[in-house]
Amino acid sequence: MARPDTARLQATARACRVQIIRMLAHAGSGHPGGSLSVIDILTTLFFNRLRFDPKRPDWPARDRVVLSKGHCVPALYSVMARAGFFPESQLVTLRKLGSPLQGHPDRTALPGIEAATGSLGQGLSISLGMALGLRLADSPARVYCIIGDGESQEGQVWEAAMAGPKLGQPAHPLDNLCLILDYNKIQLDGFVKKIMDLEPVVAKWKDFGWPVLEIDGHNVEQIDKALDQAEATKGRPTFIVAHTVKGKGVSFMENDPEWHGRAPKPAEAIRAIREILGVSDAAWGDYVKTDRATAAIVAELERLEKT
Amino acid sequence: MPPKASRAAFGEALLELAATDDRIVTVDADLSKSTMTIGFAKAHPDRAFNVGIAEANMVGIGAGLALTGKVPFVCSFACFIVGRFETIRMSVAYTDANVKLVGTHAGIAIGEDGYSQMGLEDIACIRALPNIPIIQPGDETETKQAVAYAVGHQGPLYLRLTRQALEPVSPPGYRFQLGKSVVLRAGTDVTILASGGTVSNALDGATRLAAEGVHAEVINAACIKPLDEELILRSAGKTGHVVTVEDHSVAGGLGGAVAELLSEVLPTPLRRLGVSTFGESGDPRGLYAKHGLDPAGIADSVLKFLNR
Repeated sequence: MARPDTARLQATARACRVQIIRMLAHAGSGHPGGSLSVIDILTTLFFNRLRFDPKRPDWPARDRVVLSKGHCVPALYSVMARAGFFPESQLVTLRKLGSPLQGHPDRTALPGIEAATGSLGQGLSISLGMALGLRLADSPARVYCIIGDGESQEGQVWEAAMAGPKLGQPAHPLDNLCLILDYNKIQLDGFVKKIMDLEPVVAKWKDFGWPVLEIDGHNVEQIDKALDQAEATKGRPTFIVAHTVKGKGVSFMENDPEWHGRAPKPAEAIRAIREILGVSDAAWGDYVKTDRATAAIVAELERLEKT
Repeated sequence: MPPKASRAAFGEALLELAATDDRIVTVDADLSKSTMTIGFAKAHPDRAFNVGIAEANMVGIGAGLALTGKVPFVCSFACFIVGRFETIRMSVAYTDANVKLVGTHAGIAIGEDGYSQMGLEDIACIRALPNIPIIQPGDETETKQAVAYAVGHQGPLYLRLTRQALEPVSPPGYRFQLGKSVVLRAGTDVTILASGGTVSNALDGATRLAAEGVHAEVINAACIKPLDEELILRSAGKTGHVVTVEDHSVAGGLGGAVAELLSEVLPTPLRRLGVSTFGESGDPRGLYAKHGLDPAGIADSVLKFLNR
């Protein structure tokens, strides 16, 4: 893989963060914290890594992303829209009656979604089956599965963890699979460490036979390098522990369990967007005059506030 | 044709179909000798996957294989596979993955192992999912045709199979069709709907009833979902009395499905025969007698129902 264009990926991730905030504010419910923690990983995957064609979402040789932590699907919708699977204008239909943008991923509703997820703990098993099926077909496609830290408390994750390095051996090892943990340290009820600590998480997965990489899940260069290493690792699937910050990019959401599953109100959303774009309160008025796309999103949120 | 367990007929059919269809794969959870996929696994070791005793993972892996174009038969005892209902609900049903779920060891007829190994609630669970047909074949002929049907069916499907041998019941020239049932014995006084392990007992019960002057119509309802509504309503309209006989909980199975149909469309006196307690260890014949699912028990229940 070519060196990532870091500035371009960071700009894309910022734009996707804005869209996440926008769609959640319009939906009035949903999960900002984990969507903001996983977005740099999804951005790097979709815009520097995956082989896909939005016009042929069922292309057999496409790479697959299974977002096992399905409640963070706003992040996936934001990258899918930007990648051309559907228009960005459709993002505001999230969670609305009749929309293909269901509150959690629905494969049958939206082409490009690889599996229904959101009942936690199931995505890795599906990904193992996909990786095995692709190996049996001698397909070059790769499978990327993203799980959450709270999700890792589910028993099925550990059934799948035990199977990953063993399934398909010796003829069809699942080295076409990369599992990424969005380790944002917070779950619905509070801090993972207090509820049911995962530690020592690296040692656990190593003991289950997975090569483990540890990275900063907001650093696109580190993400990309780890994905390179995973692709170069033969004979076994790779596990990447991505240390992240829940609510990353919005000061009042960061590291606060409150923002696991509450949508920003329009005024909060506008402030969040300003912070994501790195504009001071004083400079905001002038900034919005120069950025028409953001101005439109802000105007739309202001209208929402009045309804 | 000698009696044969539907799980054994399934194993043979799978092996035969797999010879010309390399999409077929199996996923087992350490019960391949019991689900009878072992023959397939020996012939096609590269297409048979044993994930160990981890049924939820088995179901999910099956879904993933299906999403890459394989036709996976995902097999365990009915109670263990449907016991992972939440994984079936999300990874198979809602995902609309082309997985063939196979639950063997249906009902109390497994006998000595007792309740923990008996599939008694599986039909009720799967029936609640909107997109999974349920097929419970009544003999070897029907099983082999149902397996062939399952391979061609696009979408998830549940096949419920027996441990015990089943007497041949299919009429000559029988062709399995989804959503179609077949009248095995015509009658005018009462309709008996049976499925899987209870079909031949229902036929023997009808013979006993004939000696009492009661002419029972016996229907093999292999398709529990979708039901053959037309045939059932026609028969119920003719006889005015319906009895369901199944080796499953009386709640939510064939009896439940028929009760829902009749009460909405053609209210008809109905008696549901099945299992209304937990199962227990014992010899299969003794268990069927205890629960009134043997020919004598079925005939007795029908006579009482008809006030004869």
